Amino acid sequence: MYDGGKIIFGIVVFLALVTFPIWFNVAVGKTDFAPDPKIVTVGEQCMASGEYMKRKHMDMLDVWRDRVVRDGQRTFIAPDGKEYEMSLSNTCMKCHPNKTEFCDQCHNYLAVTPYCWECHIEPKETTEVANGN
Amino acid sequence: MGINRRNFIKLAGITAAVGVGGKKIMGELVDDTTGLPVVDTAQKASPLKAKRWAMVIDLKKCREKQGCTACINACHAVHNVPDLGNPKDEVKWIWKEDFEGAFPSADHKYLEEEIRNSHALVFCNHCDNPPCVRVCPTQATWRRKADGIVMMDMHRCIGCRYCVVACPYGSRSFNWRDPKPFIKEINPDYPTRMRGVVEKCNFCEERLDRGKMPACVEACPEKALVFGDLEDADSEVRKLLREHYTIRRKPSLGTNPEIYYIV
Repeated sequence: MYDGGKIIFGIVVFLALVTFPIWFNVAVGKTDFAPDPKIVTVGEQCMASGEYMKRKHMDMLDVWRDRVVRDGQRTFIAPDGKEYEMSLSNTCMKCHPNKTEFCDQCHNYLAVTPYCWECHIEPKETTEVANGN
Repeated sequence: MGINRRNFIKLAGITAAVGVGGKKIMGELVDDTTGLPVVDTAQKASPLKAKRWAMVIDLKKCREKQGCTACINACHAVHNVPDLGNPKDEVKWIWKEDFEGAFPSADHKYLEEEIRNSHALVFCNHCDNPPCVRVCPTQATWRRKADGIVMMDMHRCIGCRYCVVACPYGSRSFNWRDPKPFIKEINPDYPTRMRGVVEKCNFCEERLDRGKMPACVEACPEKALVFGDLEDADSEVRKLLREHYTIRRKPSLGTNPEIYYIV
């Protein structure tokens, strides 16, 4: 092999640069970052269990929007029998008005960009909530 | 006569499709921790219901108040309709059209000056035979069978604008630009739209569900707009249709518009 040493050296440098973000984060100790959505409404109960909402909220919103827009049904009965209006802005965001600290936490972590808020209006976040960390 | 083979196969297909679709939705909406199905029921809060919503507009009353835009302002404020400031990008749900433009077949040069120079209030006619619905490739617009409202599903609109071309009344507007910066005051109870979707009057479907009359009807100081059930013989719209001679926009096209005008 001509110039074997140079080639191998080049490969090692290349791999070191490409994997830099991984071992840098390991060295700094940032690998255990996990999103932490903050719930600001104390004492309120969600219409379904947190576990269910974490995994299924997107499916539920999908069904909600079809029910409301396509079928003209607006009321939803939760497992505990309580009635809710099927509305992202007027129901979900009433208890979770802190979009940046709640929704965006996981969405940013997972690099998903749902376009709900291109049309649906999120509540104005007060500076107190926004600087609450 | 019993069921023939063709109809049997059709029926079997529909039944199977409904079965599969229904199961999928239910499957997604079972609460995993409690195991209870998450169900919805009919609405509460006594919504206004009708078999066939329609409107009668008294243009005589409208003419008495030239320059009044109460209905237009109310509608556009409630539904977050942007004011883009130029006719090329314009988005509108309800507006004033000159008489000849609104009723080309009713216009002639010896028509009473006052009528001829007047403006008619126009918006989506919620046709019984809507051409916009026929051309929509995604069923983003459809005619609600229960009450005849021609609906728009912004989630499904792909912005092809076939409906804009198909509508003979110009009732549909396309969002060429992001409308949000052009909305004077955003009403948080109703969503805005995004760039690339078509919008139009929805007969205030969301207000009817909450037991309220359409915004334009409520806002009109002259009570020139009357909204009601066409199938109900005792309704106010039917009463007006009995008592007055009314015309519709471009009836010869066969779209069967459901906005009636007293001229």
